[in-house]
Amino acid sequence: MKFSLVIHASPFSAQTSSTAYRYAKCLLDEGHQIFRIFYYGDGVLVANQQITPPQDESNLLTAWQALAEEHALDLVVCIAAAVKRGILDENEAKRYEKPNANLASGFELSGLGQLAEAIAVSDRVVTFGS
Amino acid sequence: MSAKKSILIINQSAPYGSSNGRESLDLALTCSIFEMPVSLLFVGDGLYQLINNQSPEQLQMKKHEAMLSALPMYDIDQIYVTAEDLSENDLTENDLAMPVTLIQRDVIASLIQQNDSVLTF
Repeated sequence: MKFSLVIHASPFSAQTSSTAYRYAKCLLDEGHQIFRIFYYGDGVLVANQQITPPQDESNLLTAWQALAEEHALDLVVCIAAAVKRGILDENEAKRYEKPNANLASGFELSGLGQLAEAIAVSDRVVTFGS
Repeated sequence: MSAKKSILIINQSAPYGSSNGRESLDLALTCSIFEMPVSLLFVGDGLYQLINNQSPEQLQMKKHEAMLSALPMYDIDQIYVTAEDLSENDLTENDLAMPVTLIQRDVIASLIQQNDSVLTF
């Protein structure tokens, strides 16, 4: 089955964000296909390349990057939600004259149309709320 | 984009305590641009998004009502509220910023069943 996941939860203050990661991993292990992961609301915060958790805590950012690399996942971050929260790629950093970009590699900033498309083509869309 | 999937967006968050209400409406408008039929259900604290005469300027926030007023322009007119939520909050349809379709709470299950995709905010 073709799945898409929508993640609203903050990676720091809600467990839902790591549940989403384990759910995605489980889907792939079971042989399902993931069309897209869409990060929305506070969920976009996981795409900050500067995330530096204490050494004895898990790092959701690198976990997503590794999973995406292994399975060629499409990790899309809502551009409006991201820019508002200070997650910028090179283009947006230039556009808003900010000193640097911080969007982690493996993630892409794009619009809500990407979520609409994911809803249209996926058999199941699962929301991980805040 | 292939099939026109129908979408039900369930709103269960109050308007100003989180960004859920705003982000839900943005998605509703986007899906409508892609000609996907959109229905909105406001339940629990989500009902507060619809109340008229809000004054969020005191919180330095944008009026949720103003965004809701864009819905008819995007052909989104399937807006559901449960009669139970209204009466439990001592509200009537006159307290709402826009016309809604009143349903009984036990109809929510069939509303979910009727739609191809359901998103919750």
